[in-house]
Amino acid sequence: MRDVRDALMVARNTDGKLVRRPLSPHVQVYRWPLSMALSILHRASGVALSVGTLLMTWWLAAAAVSDEAFARAQWFMGSAIGLLCLFGWTVALMFHAFSGIRHLVWDAGYGFDAPHYNTSGWATVIATGVATLLVWIIGLAVW
Amino acid sequence: MSDASKAPHIDIMRSPLGRARGLGSTHKGSAHWWLQRVTAVALVPLGLWFIFSVVGLTGATREQMTAWIASPVSLSLMLALIAATFYHMWLGLQVVIEDYVHQESAKIVAISAVKGLSILLGLICIVSALKIGL
Repeated sequence: MRDVRDALMVARNTDGKLVRRPLSPHVQVYRWPLSMALSILHRASGVALSVGTLLMTWWLAAAAVSDEAFARAQWFMGSAIGLLCLFGWTVALMFHAFSGIRHLVWDAGYGFDAPHYNTSGWATVIATGVATLLVWIIGLAVW
Repeated sequence: MSDASKAPHIDIMRSPLGRARGLGSTHKGSAHWWLQRVTAVALVPLGLWFIFSVVGLTGATREQMTAWIASPVSLSLMLALIAATFYHMWLGLQVVIEDYVHQESAKIVAISAVKGLSILLGLICIVSALKIGL
């Protein structure tokens, strides 16, 4: 201990060994409740969607450039990797949208207690699954 | 000197509101937070419209796609979607960087790069949409 404040941070574990207490956030020792997983997923899906804007930019720019460029972009979107990207993009968009609405409700001051945020959390997960499937069923039917 | 001025105290010349203004990670008070919410709300209907449009355009030829965006309503909604998307993306990525990058110089570089990329991608989308839509 170099600092007297460390006295509060050092404790014995169940074996009687002196260890430093974990500081929050300490994800490797916490159980992962739904709210915690959805919180980091909201951020992760936001970052994924940022990468996904490259697809939208490519699609729009290709349409503005030439028939060949647009055909190439459409070919990629229809390829196995392209479809996987688009599926991931749909999941991320649906999740980020539903989770975002959940965040907006919190911002308005509602739904902070455990029963409410657990219900809205599961509602977000289910809505994401249903909306993604719906979009893909309609999309594949049109295609 | 009176006894009151000898007692431990802090001279505050600014009002509490004056002190709070300009605080926050962006030094712009609540503007960043508020605009993130405003763009989020705008993106809910715009995103729904975009999904429906794109699903309808699955496997479309360039002519079909161009015809769709050439409608004034589609083009306007597309431009609104682009502006809201890239603004929301910039604000969001900035918060992520501020949370995880703590070295000041790296943080400034990363935030500036994200801002520059957001503007550039947004411009490419806007110019492309206008080129095919007008």
